[in-house]
Amino acid sequence: MTESDGYILLALFLVPLGTGVLLMLTPSRERAAVIGITGLSSLAMFVLSVYVFAKYSFTGAQFQGVLAITWMENVGLLSEKGMQLKVGVDGIAAVMVLLTGIVIMPGTWVSWKIQDRMKDFFILLYVLVAGVYGTFVMLDLLFWFFFYELALLPMYLLIAVWGSTRKEYGAMKLMMMLIAGSVLIFTALFAMFNELGTGSFDMTQYFAAHFDPTFQKIFFPFIAIGCGTLGGMFPFHGWSPDGHAAAPTAVSMLHAGVLMKLGAFGIIRLGFQMMPEGGAFWAPALIVVGITAALYGAVSALRQTDLKLMTGFSSVSHMGYVFLGLGTLNVIGWNGAILQMFAHGIMTALFFLLIGGMYDQSHDREIPNLSGLARQMPIWSIFFVIAGLASLGLPGMSGFVAELHIFIGAFRAYPIIGGLAVLTAAITATYLLRMFAAAFFGPLNPRWSGLKEITWTERAGAAVLVGAILLLGLWPSPWVDRIAPTIIQSIPGVTL
Amino acid sequence: MNDAFGNALSFRYELLLPEIILAITAALVIGADAFRSELRLGRRILPWLSVLGLLVAGGVSLLWIDESSDFQLLLTIDNFTTFFRVLFIATAVFVILGSHEYVEKHIGHIGEFYALILLSTVGAIYMAAARELLTAYVSIEILSFSLYVAVSLARNDRRSGEAALKYALLGGVASAMLLYGLSLLYGVGGSTQYAEIGAALAGGAPGMTLPLLLGLALIIAGLGFKASAVPFHMYTPDVYEGAPLPITAYIAATSKAAVLALFLRWFSGPLLPAIDDWQWMIVGLSLASMALGNLIALQQHNIKRLLAYSSIGQVGFMLMAIATISEVSASALLLHIGGYLITNLAVFTAVIALYNRTGTEEISGFRGLAQTNPYLALVITAGLFSLAGMPMLAGFLTKFILFQSASQGGYLWLVTFAVMMSVLSLYYYLKVIREMYLHQPDGDPSRWRLTPTGYLATGVLSLGMVVVGVYAAPLYTMADRASRVLF
Repeated sequence: MTESDGYILLALFLVPLGTGVLLMLTPSRERAAVIGITGLSSLAMFVLSVYVFAKYSFTGAQFQGVLAITWMENVGLLSEKGMQLKVGVDGIAAVMVLLTGIVIMPGTWVSWKIQDRMKDFFILLYVLVAGVYGTFVMLDLLFWFFFYELALLPMYLLIAVWGSTRKEYGAMKLMMMLIAGSVLIFTALFAMFNELGTGSFDMTQYFAAHFDPTFQKIFFPFIAIGCGTLGGMFPFHGWSPDGHAAAPTAVSMLHAGVLMKLGAFGIIRLGFQMMPEGGAFWAPALIVVGITAALYGAVSALRQTDLKLMTGFSSVSHMGYVFLGLGTLNVIGWNGAILQMFAHGIMTALFFLLIGGMYDQSHDREIPNLSGLARQMPIWSIFFVIAGLASLGLPGMSGFVAELHIFIGAFRAYPIIGGLAVLTAAITATYLLRMFAAAFFGPLNPRWSGLKEITWTERAGAAVLVGAILLLGLWPSPWVDRIAPTIIQSIPGVTL
Repeated sequence: MNDAFGNALSFRYELLLPEIILAITAALVIGADAFRSELRLGRRILPWLSVLGLLVAGGVSLLWIDESSDFQLLLTIDNFTTFFRVLFIATAVFVILGSHEYVEKHIGHIGEFYALILLSTVGAIYMAAARELLTAYVSIEILSFSLYVAVSLARNDRRSGEAALKYALLGGVASAMLLYGLSLLYGVGGSTQYAEIGAALAGGAPGMTLPLLLGLALIIAGLGFKASAVPFHMYTPDVYEGAPLPITAYIAATSKAAVLALFLRWFSGPLLPAIDDWQWMIVGLSLASMALGNLIALQQHNIKRLLAYSSIGQVGFMLMAIATISEVSASALLLHIGGYLITNLAVFTAVIALYNRTGTEEISGFRGLAQTNPYLALVITAGLFSLAGMPMLAGFLTKFILFQSASQGGYLWLVTFAVMMSVLSLYYYLKVIREMYLHQPDGDPSRWRLTPTGYLATGVLSLGMVVVGVYAAPLYTMADRASRVLF
């Protein structure tokens, strides 16, 4: 990528923000206009994301498309290059940008069903997406945090207004826990800025800073727990099942699919890349947290009867793999962690899309009540089974590639943990297959004889996501080629 | 004698023009009100006359950026003064623009209302300008007395009189403490001029430890009262609740900022050598304010009381910058004050507009506002999010810079606590937002519109909130230039 591609990176978050402004000026009753604008805008985001991913050259520098616009400098506590609008992606960020693009387009499509205040929904949703894109591409610490918080800002209203089941409780819990997590990030940022002492928020300086090892050991946990809260890290995951169960379809998709990855991304960017020694010191703790979350989430998912709660706990479990992979500190484990972020993002978005498509008609998500849906909604069921198989790591699907990397990495670092991770995969298979049996097969519950197949927009959205699942599952090298060099370039402590 | 006379002739009196214009406008407003029937003037003339005077004064102040003159060290017109001048004048403009409808309905003495706002603005500006203890004290009293009266102006509301009485009595006690503290400081420093006090304290003031400590404690108590910092905050919720809404807005904005301007002048200059003696007091005040303000705000049902407690918490945040005073934290505080005033005024202007419609101050009165007036709901939501420090809005950036500067002063633990309290504040702001967006309107569900001036005031302020929140460089640069003259 060249510097001019930096403008593409800027466009990534300016497009959704601009769309938000445009929507504000559109009268709410013009539903067709709202649909047209959001359709075009989400397509643009998708295309831009694919472009960024494709153009990222895996033989080039670590950060590509770097573009810096001076925002504030030489004033107050800011010295030269104090605060810049500085964008650029490394291989990890490029993968995350692609993930966001793939999830937002179907997320937009399925939200066209919303009847109540659709325009307002999209304004908030696109602010969220702008925050997500901004965080992935930003190379200025202050702006990074700005976008990180921006992604959380619309959450409360999105869930509380358009959600379902205990939505106010879920919204408030999610919002308060996530913002509370950012207290720790705030503190670590202040400390790092003071420790660096150049009066600049330019991330490049932080990557090169080599902070004092004691400092790193003290402040790495701040970042890990602060960002980890958003990443659904055990034991700070409490908001996740409730929040996801309450959120409307598109928000669940984006939140579980992309926003949780923002947390893990924060741990990599602010944690490992800026404080590698602190990260190495705390890596065993990440392993413990990761494997606990994986097991705990899987076992909890076994017990759930609400389909969305089950998926929520499954997310906790799958994000546990991510932290496990990061904790291995070897390239293959890290590769797996980042692939898992992508794979889980796509797969969980597909889950939520499908659950939403069904729930909108049935208004029931209790697995025991669902029975024989495969006869009533065969296409829906096929998509669902694909998502499930990806989730349990069937070869040929994205989940397999990711989990295999993580398992190998874990076996190399800690064989026993590797064994536990495989056990988790077995539990995952159990709850998913059991759910398939209960919900899809068996006699058709007469309550569902009126259910219709999911709509064409939902089918199209699901098809996009399934395409991504299969592509990564069958041909993972474009991903690995981008991720692996970045890991080696940017994480000093990592071994092969 | 001759010298003094000679100096007096060479003073640049034109630098005082803005305050002179304000005082004359106040007199004109009172005169116009008194002879309104004889002159056949409409009531509307008073707010417009006031705004005109304010705009002229504000425009004139802008001419004197980077000019400075000290009037025999009584007061200084410099960038710091100019910064607050513009801020206070703008505040008064927006309070008047946002409230003229309210004033016509709920205020007994309209002429006095506008005149008092103008006069108290003069007091507030001189608090920022003073270079000498007695001048500062007189300025404080100009502001305070205007406000004591203004609080009592609500028509047919017994709470208003009660609040005024409470404010005046407790304010008197605070002034007495402050004055006693100032006289002790005079005893220690041997002068009422900031420069000489600073020199005396820098010399160590041998044998004066006890009077100095006592003096500092009394001064901080007196100022703490005026800024409504815990534990001197007891009157705040009652006064905020009893006062007419525009005056509540004005107290929360100008009065608070003026006291902080005074804090900055005193603690960065004359009192800086004694920092070891007062730093812990301010830290304590700050800690208590943000804890108590935010915790008690959690259980308020009246929007005025909620904003009162939240403003107590905000003072706690701002005092952190005083505790860690340096050029960096002073400029950060000025930036934060700028952002805070804009945000606070936006919220209050919107609440005033809502009150004009619903006539209730309970938070339940916000129900369904997103349906009946989505624009206003958006303004209030943005304002509350900004107060809570969410991005895209002034609060995020200014708070970030403020906290960062305080952590640079070595108080990372205090800053961490402040961030936690800031998170807590989000909870009660969300409670208000929930009423607007999640509930159906209680009464008439039809849409309604604001007055044109209501749209103007809320629109400009919301825009200001976003501009400062996204691109704060101009405001920060001005704040930086203003704070440079302090040290």
